[in-house]
Amino acid sequence: MSAALDVFSLLAIGAGVFFFVAGTVALVRFPDSLSRLHALTKADNLGLGLVVIGLLPRAGSPLAALKLVVLWALVQVSSATVAQLIGGALRRRDAET
Amino acid sequence: MTVFDALDLAIAALVLGVAAWTIAAREMFSAVVGYVAYGLLLAIVWVRLYAPDVALTEAAIGGGVTGVLLVVASKRLGRLPQPEAGPGLGLKLAAAGLAALVAGLIAAALLYLPDPAPSLAPEADRHLAQTGLGNAVTAVLIAYRSFDTMLEKVVLVLAVVGVWSVAPDRFWGGRPAPLGPASPDPALVFLARVLAPVGLVIGVQIFWVGADEPGGAFQGGAILAAMAMIVMMARLMRPPRIGSRRLRLALIAGPAVFLVVGLAGPLIAGSFFAYPAGFAKPLILFIEAFMVLSIAATLPLLVAGPPNGEGEP
Amino acid sequence: MSPGTIAGFVGAGLVGLGLYALVVDPKPLRKLLAFNLIGSGVFLVFGIVARRGATGRFPFDPVPQAMVITGIVVAFAATALAVALMLRLAEETGTVSLDPDAGAKPDDGAEDK
Repeated sequence: MSAALDVFSLLAIGAGVFFFVAGTVALVRFPDSLSRLHALTKADNLGLGLVVIGLLPRAGSPLAALKLVVLWALVQVSSATVAQLIGGALRRRDAET
Repeated sequence: MTVFDALDLAIAALVLGVAAWTIAAREMFSAVVGYVAYGLLLAIVWVRLYAPDVALTEAAIGGGVTGVLLVVASKRLGRLPQPEAGPGLGLKLAAAGLAALVAGLIAAALLYLPDPAPSLAPEADRHLAQTGLGNAVTAVLIAYRSFDTMLEKVVLVLAVVGVWSVAPDRFWGGRPAPLGPASPDPALVFLARVLAPVGLVIGVQIFWVGADEPGGAFQGGAILAAMAMIVMMARLMRPPRIGSRRLRLALIAGPAVFLVVGLAGPLIAGSFFAYPAGFAKPLILFIEAFMVLSIAATLPLLVAGPPNGEGEP
Repeated sequence: MSPGTIAGFVGAGLVGLGLYALVVDPKPLRKLLAFNLIGSGVFLVFGIVARRGATGRFPFDPVPQAMVITGIVVAFAATALAVALMLRLAEETGTVSLDPDAGAKPDDGAEDK
């Protein structure tokens, strides 16, 4: 049972790290701000979600697991908002020029 | 070399790289964003040094609140002409030489630190049970070196007085300028409404668990301060009038309660800033609760700056 | 190498970087940022003292750690005070410069007197 959980953690965290790396590569490689923002929010949210799912079986207590989920939700809310704010600022800047 | 050594080296390179980028960035805004990222990376370094309390403080105050302060300041200064001309090549080289010399000397000194290293950890551990606390760092802050921490709170009050004192006379007692733009983005307003209640709970929780786990009055207070700032940025709340009596009470509550308990020490526990046996933990939490209130009030006011007439309707 | 020495070298490097920027950059706000870099470098060096003090139950010495926490808060207070002075100076002189001759208006601050 514990070996199966370890494999599950490994797979989920590994997949999460893959999305982080993909998002970071996109951040460096994509040409304009909006597509960079797009790649970043998608990849980082999915990546963090997978890492949290992978860590859940290892959390030790239900309270610790709950904290991990709250962390993920907080990052979701703030990164979604920041993406909106940056997107809005970009649109205003483009409208001015 | 273990995995952790590789991790340490990678983080070290990242911290130095981001710091260099922060210095080299052309726009002040980019530099501040770099500085916030730098603060978060530094927090990871502190975690690796077994200092989670410092990591929380660095992330919240060193990176977060200082970042907001610098962003607000660069917005306010940005409208004015900037000095462009830097010093000549000679001075740059001299500065680089001096900086390399100082950095080299510090690095060399690190290699010659005494071995075994002097440590107060056994002392701190021996008396930990008497304080009723589980977190040795909190014990140092509020029990062993409580006088220091009380005076540090006084420094924060003095900083607020200093910031207010640069206000022109005619604005004395008024509101500081608003933190955000006149019509904030609806997404920011949404974030402030969703995040502030959650942040309030988390801030109080971090203060409460600080007795036994990483956390404490500074870290919890900084999170509450951040929530107050985001609410002000979304224009859901105006910066308070600096003449308000309630605000001034909140500012001095922490150091005042701390000082009163310290002065009562000779009567109830036999010496200055001593806590009576058996009542140390409740007293410490009592003091810390007021410190959280003062920190949560002080930090946003330091960011908002002096009243300058822009805050009036 | 004792534990945490790498972080100590980072601290030394940060002091160097900050010192260079503090001297070279003409913009006051950037100087303030550099001052904060120096500060966090010093804190890291002190963090090594805390890490090296590991004995018995603790992998660190709590006393220097507590002092670093105090230091971070005081550094923030000093930064905020410096920002307030800088903004007021800019308001009075109409320029963002530490050079006393740059753009000083003849009616400096007269409105408040």
